[in-house]
Amino acid sequence: MQTRIRIQREDFDLNREVADLTANGEAGAVSSFTGHVRKEGNLSTLTLEHYPHMTEAEIARLVAEAGTRWPLTGVTVVHRVGSLKPGDRIVLVAVASQHRHAAFQACEFLMDYLKTQAPFWKEEARGEQHHWVEHRNSDDDAAKRWGS
Amino acid sequence: MNLLYFAWVRQKIGKSEEQLTPPVEDVASLIAHLKNLGPNYADAFADLSRIRVAVNQRHAGLDVKLGPQDEVAFFPPVTGG
Repeated sequence: MQTRIRIQREDFDLNREVADLTANGEAGAVSSFTGHVRKEGNLSTLTLEHYPHMTEAEIARLVAEAGTRWPLTGVTVVHRVGSLKPGDRIVLVAVASQHRHAAFQACEFLMDYLKTQAPFWKEEARGEQHHWVEHRNSDDDAAKRWGS
Repeated sequence: MNLLYFAWVRQKIGKSEEQLTPPVEDVASLIAHLKNLGPNYADAFADLSRIRVAVNQRHAGLDVKLGPQDEVAFFPPVTGG
């Protein structure tokens, strides 16, 4: 399984990432998820912080786990950090497999676990106010449904 | 021991990283030690239900044993994705 994990400040290009994922010709299906900064009220900036090295290691562990559950040919995870604006892309998970069910399911599995395991933190700026986004219990519930 | 703090834990303590060699044997006793270092630490660790821990870059519980070479990170529940 070809695995690409990148944490970066720059934006990413979905078409290019999928082209890289399918270049070897093994995949019959690619499922991808792109997360964006949601415009809510007077949100001006969302700043993402992470724990370098642990982030990559944690995502690599999740990708390896997905690889034991489904027959995957490739996974790409790109997560942005730094200052983002409403509408900006935050995260990409793209999963390639020979058939669609594995690609759909592994993509959702990876997003659910990324939300609860990967060490990222979001701080919102609204006017002069800054506050850290609270973890959602519904994200824990989403991850739990996959079993451990 | 290399200690790292992220997000509001970092802001409350006022630093992102420090080297300490506290006489502690596990994560719980390290937190008890840190809480006595000053009001900023006491504030950061006031509610342990809001604190998560990683030891050597793996998620860890309060009962994980610690040695002098370990990297211990404290942070709020994660909010990526």
